[in-house]
Amino acid sequence: MRSLRLRSNIDNLLTYGLVIIAYIVMRILITSGNISSSLQGQLVPITAYIVMAVSLNLTVGVLGELSLGHAGFMSVGAFSGVITATLLTDTIPMTWLRLALALLIGGLIAGIFGFLIGIPVLRLQGDYLAIVTLAFGEIIKNVMNTIYLGYDANGIRISMESANALQLAEDGKVILNGPMGAIGITKLSTFNAGFVLILITLFIVLNLINSRSGRAIKAVRDDKIAAESVGISSWRYRMMAFVTSATLAGAAGALYALNYTTVVARKFDFNTSILVLVFVVLGGMGNIRGSIIAATVLTVLPEVLRAFNEVRMLVYAVILILVMLVRNNLTLRQLFQKIGIKRRNSLANNKEGDDS
Amino acid sequence: MNRVRKKTKMVPLPSQSIVPERDVAQKPILEVSRLGINFGGLAAVEDFNIAVGPTEISGIIGPNGAGKTTIFNLLTKVYQPTSGAILLDGKDTANMNTVQINQAGIARTFQNIRLFPSLSVEDNVKIGLHNQIGYGMFSGIFRLPRFFSGERRARERAMELLDIFDMTHLASHRAGSLPYGAQRRLELIRALATNPKLLLLDEPAAGMNPSETEELMNNIEKIRDRFQIAIMLIEHDMRLVMGICEGIAVINYGKIIAKGTPEEIQNNPLVIEAYLGKKKGYQPC
Ligand SMILES: Nc1ncnc2c1ncn2[C@@H]1O[C@H](COP(=O)(O)OP(=O)(O)OP(=O)(O)O)[C@@H](O)[C@H]1O
Ligand SMILES: [Mg+2]
Repeated sequence: MRSLRLRSNIDNLLTYGLVIIAYIVMRILITSGNISSSLQGQLVPITAYIVMAVSLNLTVGVLGELSLGHAGFMSVGAFSGVITATLLTDTIPMTWLRLALALLIGGLIAGIFGFLIGIPVLRLQGDYLAIVTLAFGEIIKNVMNTIYLGYDANGIRISMESANALQLAEDGKVILNGPMGAIGITKLSTFNAGFVLILITLFIVLNLINSRSGRAIKAVRDDKIAAESVGISSWRYRMMAFVTSATLAGAAGALYALNYTTVVARKFDFNTSILVLVFVVLGGMGNIRGSIIAATVLTVLPEVLRAFNEVRMLVYAVILILVMLVRNNLTLRQLFQKIGIKRRNSLANNKEGDDS
Repeated sequence: MNRVRKKTKMVPLPSQSIVPERDVAQKPILEVSRLGINFGGLAAVEDFNIAVGPTEISGIIGPNGAGKTTIFNLLTKVYQPTSGAILLDGKDTANMNTVQINQAGIARTFQNIRLFPSLSVEDNVKIGLHNQIGYGMFSGIFRLPRFFSGERRARERAMELLDIFDMTHLASHRAGSLPYGAQRRLELIRALATNPKLLLLDEPAAGMNPSETEELMNNIEKIRDRFQIAIMLIEHDMRLVMGICEGIAVINYGKIIAKGTPEEIQNNPLVIEAYLGKKKGYQPC
């Protein structure tokens, strides 16, 4: 048996390599014009969903807690990112810097929300996190639908009634327009920025997992009581994983929102949370590379299968159930194992054949 | 079978405890008085008093459901006591939680082994070393020098500990894939890694054959001698208890019915009636 440590190092290099190669291939396709416009439009959303999936995997796979409201953090990051970028339009002319700050602020604010949710919930044992994050996602969506926010020379105004109630001056600009969402966004996000955000996410998540803190997070996942008995505060490490996860989701949200001219809160609803959860489950719990692949394939697939778009969520639900069944069904697992062993045996046989 | 054992310095015992001469004279590592807990009216543990010397091996015995594991859970604050006081090295632990109890110096194993099954053997030990590796989340993510020095020290120490129990060759295996006996040993090493002053072992010999039990007895004495710590164990295997424990407390229905040296316990009519008499299979040797 090879050392687990060495294997995880090789694994991480493979993950970085996969992302970098995929990026280079896409760059070549773009420059040579060999890419459909619909796919090109999907590039930034794909990078955002990859960050969403990897970050959710930190909570679901590595920490072992179910979150059903990851899109809520995406939403918080999206709107605070848009507000940041819009307010900084005149102050910071460099678009990349404005984008970077928007991602940073979006991430930080989503992280703060994660922390606030974590204070009561992460002390409890059981499915409370799933219930509370589910509620959080819905609450954020409904709150964002009622907020009007604009600014003029006199500063920022907020209202819960209507855009007119903001009473902006002539030069004023509405950023959040209630159910209409964020409007008049300057498109800042690029495929390059998405690629960089994926690399940053991988750097944070993989290094965290393979450090003292990550070891503690996994220990708490495996056995909370045992972890506490050896002096590891389960609350602290659950919080660390959950807040990191929320922060990255916030940055992904800002990246996503700044790719469009308008963004509505409905975009970050329960369906989106489940969609990202499907990426994680299909890619494999705790398997970061799997999350990346699943997020990419399942974001591109609906574009390819436009005809079935109406039943897309149904198909996802069915796939999710099937994967759960397969993972928990002993006979099926044994069947897969047998196939795996057979394949390995046949490989070994081939090798012997080559030698002789 | 007559085991030759190196006894700790024995002295007469102070206070209300009825345990005989032991090394608790100057300063016991653990003092428990009037400890108790109710589970919805059932007094699982009641009026439990004990004092343990700093390098003593002591035992708690009693029939199934007597409240032995509950005592460990009270000492480590898995359950909050409804009454009584626990002093660890003279310090009151009333306001400590499980994590702080470990940091203050109590480590334990569990009756039903609780490892981190998906982590490697080495990582399981490193989890025990967690609070001795001084680098945080930031150094970990940005791979600062403290990360490398901390991890190197953790690895060296983990290997050292594994080596004491001949487990270095298993270091990179998944803990969950180990055979039963090795899992028990790993759990003990992990507890030991936290640098405890008092080690609690809950039925460490459960499921072991006589030769494995013999090895365990040697290991327990080895730990005491090498690390100079107190060990308190719960065990049904009378050969182990009578063989290595210097003081024994017998529990029945949550209450101490007898305390004493192995010899005294074996000759105590109360114990013979309440415990040993019922379990004819366990004849102390
Ligand atoms: N969390 C709990 N809630 C309610 N009752 C409990 C709880 N934990 C233990 N008990 C009860 O307390 C009593 C003592 O249990 P305990 O596990 O301490 O026994 P034990 O002496 O360790 O037995 P064994 O030798 O079988 O391990 C039992 O009657 C048990 O049912
Ligand atoms: Mg027990």
